[in-house]
Amino acid sequence: MGFFVAQLISAIKLGSIYALVAIGYSIVYSIMGMINFAHGELLMIATFALWSLLNAGLSFGLAVILSILITVLFGVLIERVAYRPIRKAGESTQIITSLAVSIFLEAVCQAIFNSSSKALIIPEFFSRTFKIYGATVSVIDVVTFASTVILTIVVVLILQKTRIGKAMRAVSDNPEASDLVGIDKNKVITVAFIIGSVLAAFAGILYSGKYTSFSNDMGFMLGVKAFIAAVLGGLGSLTGAVAGGYIMAVLEVFFSGYLPQGTASFQTTFTFLVLILVLLVRPNGLFGSNNWKRS
Amino acid sequence: MKTQRFTDNSLFRFLMVILVPLAIILLVHFKAGNYYESILILFFINLILAASLNLTNGITGIFSLGQAGFMALGAYIGSILTLSESTKDTMVSKMPQWLKQFQLPFWAALIVAACVTMIIAGIIGFAILRAKGHYLAVITLGMVIVIKSVLDNASSLTNGSRGISGMTKYSTLPVVIITALISLFILYRFRTSAYGRSMIALREDEDAAASLGINHRTIRLMSFMISAFFAAVGGCLWAHLQRTIAPSLFYFDETFTILEMSVLGGMASLSGAIPGAAVLTFLPQLLANFSTGFTIFGIHVPQINGLTNIVTSVLFIIMIIFRKEGITGSSEYLVGTLFSSSTYTGLFRKQTYLDFAHAFTRKNRSEKNKGEPQ
Repeated sequence: MGFFVAQLISAIKLGSIYALVAIGYSIVYSIMGMINFAHGELLMIATFALWSLLNAGLSFGLAVILSILITVLFGVLIERVAYRPIRKAGESTQIITSLAVSIFLEAVCQAIFNSSSKALIIPEFFSRTFKIYGATVSVIDVVTFASTVILTIVVVLILQKTRIGKAMRAVSDNPEASDLVGIDKNKVITVAFIIGSVLAAFAGILYSGKYTSFSNDMGFMLGVKAFIAAVLGGLGSLTGAVAGGYIMAVLEVFFSGYLPQGTASFQTTFTFLVLILVLLVRPNGLFGSNNWKRS
Repeated sequence: MKTQRFTDNSLFRFLMVILVPLAIILLVHFKAGNYYESILILFFINLILAASLNLTNGITGIFSLGQAGFMALGAYIGSILTLSESTKDTMVSKMPQWLKQFQLPFWAALIVAACVTMIIAGIIGFAILRAKGHYLAVITLGMVIVIKSVLDNASSLTNGSRGISGMTKYSTLPVVIITALISLFILYRFRTSAYGRSMIALREDEDAAASLGINHRTIRLMSFMISAFFAAVGGCLWAHLQRTIAPSLFYFDETFTILEMSVLGGMASLSGAIPGAAVLTFLPQLLANFSTGFTIFGIHVPQINGLTNIVTSVLFIIMIIFRKEGITGSSEYLVGTLFSSSTYTGLFRKQTYLDFAHAFTRKNRSEKNKGEPQ
């Protein structure tokens, strides 16, 4: 029982991070129709910003807020500089551009901070532990889960209740018609990137807060996994992104925990196999709509 | 007299595309040291890899980021097949006995590795080629992750993350040149065949192509498999150049390097692989001299970590902004010259030499036309 609960908890905290990143992918994808490969790099930016600010002697709370702001700034900047000029270009140009941005950011980060892995020191309060059903849980795990829930609710509220949220849904439903009724696409896209960046910043900080060590290549792998989670759930659907993130994490954690000795290290392989099988049956993902053009 | 561009002149083509590179190769082979020769070998290997990626990404329009995975398969299968029993015994002692005893000559191993990789690519492609565009890009990236994870963990075959070493250096300059030429030739013939034209048709308009009776699944799968075949050839040659391989060498960095070559050179043509591979093989070597810091205009620039990555990604972004189609675009001037018979038969015609001489006597005309190929 204790082992199962421990596995479940570790799946939930990993899944929360995947979900946060996947929502960012999903929102940007449904509005722009492109994958922001540099999205994972936003996690890296948030973490490195936090690390530098903490090293500069700022208090933890202030540093977190500032690093989220820095990440948002970068997110918006990336959209302005790199993605706006190629918005109407073909798919492969968009993929290449966002990959180039991703490589560039990673390389610059490496040039400034070098590629050795660093340790993030979070306040002692977050690493306190307590026991649930024999499994150890630390405060940051709870914080991770709680912030995922809260942020998801906030995003849903923004999308459903506010004027800009309505505009975002309109653009993702039908870009041409939303143009006709006078929705400012630039504004909508900027807001999408702001939301995505905030979520990515949280994910980055929580991830490196949990695992304490990080380096400049942390973002890409996480980004790819979260993106695949978003695809699994169905791109463009918030429910899909969150569910996909948790399913991905559950598969990964439980494969590594429960596979027989000797095959457990193949967890990544099995996880991806399951995902590909799911996509074979439902190419639009679990929660994706079937009439979707870009399947 | 029919107006002919100077760059179409057979003699000019022969000189620029065949004789000059040949002279450089011979010069490097006989005069320059081992270091330069190994860079040149690397260039030809990169050429095969970039050309293989161009077939899927540029010509067929299925955007794959999985080339490093197939390269890894080729490298591993090839190395396991060429290593001697005693080497395998000491390095990967848990390998099944029959595989330990199984040893092939280099050429056979190269072909077997490529064929096995192609079959694996066929199975993978069957599953994932339903996806398109962004989806496929990420799924193929996932494929790279899976292949690395398998190589990392199937330690009874691959020695895990420590990798395999001790291969004989079979990838000498003549070997890689011959392989690169054969690979380019097959790819070029394939591109100009009906299948190749179907691929281009699919890229341009899938529905229109389907209405002409092109089976898009078959053609896509074919392109994916052939691309994997040559990626494996490149990987196998690479393994026998570096003589030591590990799963981490065939990961995102390698995938991006191949992609950068392909995009910089021009994805839509096989010729693009030549300038692309050249830039990304020679530039990092050049930049390596500066990586420990340098002085420019009296200002000392300190050591920059990952200078190569910064320079190549900036180059990449500049290229996308100013010349999206890459250096060659969709022109097959380079590879076309290499393999079309008119280049060689033209040398036996008097008119060729007359035109060539003519171009120099009437300078203004030739100068005007020189810049634009095709």
